Amino acid sequence: MAHEEKHKVRDTTVRLLRDGQGSPLIYLHGPAGRPAWSPFFARLAERHEVVVPEHPGFGLSDNPAWMRNIGDAAMYYLDFLDGLRAQRVHLVGHSLGGWIAAELAVRNAARLASLTLIAPAGIRVKGVPSGDNFIWSPEEATRNLFHDQSFADEMLAHTPSEEEADQILTNRYMATKLGWEPRWFNPSLERWLHRIAVPTLVIWGAEDKFLPSRYAELWRERVPGATVSIIDACGHLPQIEKADATAATILRFLEGRRS
Amino acid sequence: MKFTFFHLMPYRPLDLAERHRHRAGWVVLPNTLYDPRKGADEYQSYIDQLVYAEELGFDIVAVNEHHQTAYGMMPAPNLIASALIQRTKHAKIAILGRALPLVNNPINIAEEFAMLDNLSKGRIITGFVRGIGNEYHATGINPYFSHERFQEAHDLIVAAWTKPGPFPFEGEHYNLRYVNLWPRPYQTPHPPIWIPSMGSSETIRWAAAPERKYTFLVTFSGRDLVARYLNLYREQAKEYGYEATGDQLGWASPVYVADTDERAREEARAGIETLFNDFLAVPWEMLMPPGYTSLPSMKNTMRMRKALGARKRHSLEELMDSGTVVVGSPRTVRDQLASLRDATGANNLVTMLQFGVLDNELTRRNMELFAAEVMPHFKN
Repeated sequence: MAHEEKHKVRDTTVRLLRDGQGSPLIYLHGPAGRPAWSPFFARLAERHEVVVPEHPGFGLSDNPAWMRNIGDAAMYYLDFLDGLRAQRVHLVGHSLGGWIAAELAVRNAARLASLTLIAPAGIRVKGVPSGDNFIWSPEEATRNLFHDQSFADEMLAHTPSEEEADQILTNRYMATKLGWEPRWFNPSLERWLHRIAVPTLVIWGAEDKFLPSRYAELWRERVPGATVSIIDACGHLPQIEKADATAATILRFLEGRRS
Repeated sequence: MKFTFFHLMPYRPLDLAERHRHRAGWVVLPNTLYDPRKGADEYQSYIDQLVYAEELGFDIVAVNEHHQTAYGMMPAPNLIASALIQRTKHAKIAILGRALPLVNNPINIAEEFAMLDNLSKGRIITGFVRGIGNEYHATGINPYFSHERFQEAHDLIVAAWTKPGPFPFEGEHYNLRYVNLWPRPYQTPHPPIWIPSMGSSETIRWAAAPERKYTFLVTFSGRDLVARYLNLYREQAKEYGYEATGDQLGWASPVYVADTDERAREEARAGIETLFNDFLAVPWEMLMPPGYTSLPSMKNTMRMRKALGARKRHSLEELMDSGTVVVGSPRTVRDQLASLRDATGANNLVTMLQFGVLDNELTRRNMELFAAEVMPHFKN
């Protein structure tokens, strides 16, 4: 089981979960906030030292006033990587976290051994709009995350405690700050994706209702040598809905790549 | 007291059954439900009502801004204000208000208000608002920065009105090399600024500050909230070391007057109930986008909302009981308005005498009866 730590970079302290041994793998979470430790992370931790930070502004991490946009988040994580012992890391990002990871990689990929993007935000395909998660009711938003609705049923059966509800709201505020306008993308990111000169894997659930899997094509075109893996019968959270397959795909990709 | 005749300009021919097949009467309501021929007639009726209000003795006629909705057909309220300048002589014209954070260059708002002030030779009252949460879905502006943008746009507009130009403006959201307003406003130092609000202590503290002393209007709230917020303004002013005048305080309310209480209820019911349940009602996610209010106040609101339970339709009686609407005989209406005035010392009442589907004939009778039987009792 992972243990929780505080991690300070310059003026900002965040929470992070850490477990496993091996070459380090940093996981950047999506707009819903830092996920609980799950079978997906446990699988990755069999081969890697897995570190899951909670982004500044989310949950109980500090919310520095200077973090105003996705570029600030990317620069923060460059500082964060500099503060680690490891020379190079495998960077994995989901959704919003995938967007931050890509923004980081176009700026400076020197500390990256590889990049894995799971249903990343950050670019858009004209004529293929993202789902409007900000207009969805909580139930719609939960249902639209999954292809297999039994996952949604399970999630909806849980009534959040007051503390959890507060954190959900905090996360929603920060996700809004970073992702509302333009909605979940940065118009200039696509122009610079050719700078990602590390092995890159893009994973997408075929039935993603939030960020359509057709976006994967554009990532493949723009990121040199990127591998795309589409997971059938899966929504926006492959790491939950198809945890084994997703972890196995990532581990296969990372095998033999030295950090 | 000063009386304002305020109009939302709802699109009354809306197919209400069809409207409820959609998430809201805002933003996602297909505009194929708008018939321009019927809409054009609506504009004509409503402008006639605003002009008639001056004739009936209202001190101020007022319009406001909403986007992508059947709730109000004035995405550009200054266009209506401009028409009213040409058709009225003495009444003040209030734009309550423009939603500052929604524009990318607030100078446009400063310029338009300055033009209206010149065109009317100083009859303009401006209102500064942030817009309902829905507007952030309609315009795409990030609600997280709503408060920041409001403050900054306000500072820019007031500076543009009062400081000799050209000068640069250096902000976080707005950066302009040349601020140099032509024309300058007609009124000195600038047109009055009113702050219509559902109420928040932060807004009250800001509006009441000695360098501003803006008129604070509590809009569409129950009588307890109106009294609480207006008295909060008074207390805040005292803390700043001055006594707030009645002119700095006001509230806005739908009002309907008929010969008897019973008749008033009967005639107002459809208008009031459609206003709150069909035109105004929107899902929480649309009304309260993240960041629109501060995180602590949103947390409180969420808890209160959870305690209140599921949303249902509001009945006329509930809205009357809470004092959100004032409906009754001239005597009933006089008594209720007087009691709230006495409890707050407010000198401004913003009346909405057309609401929801209320037709032209009933609107006219309501206006005439209000002007004849209610207003004279409050004239200083």
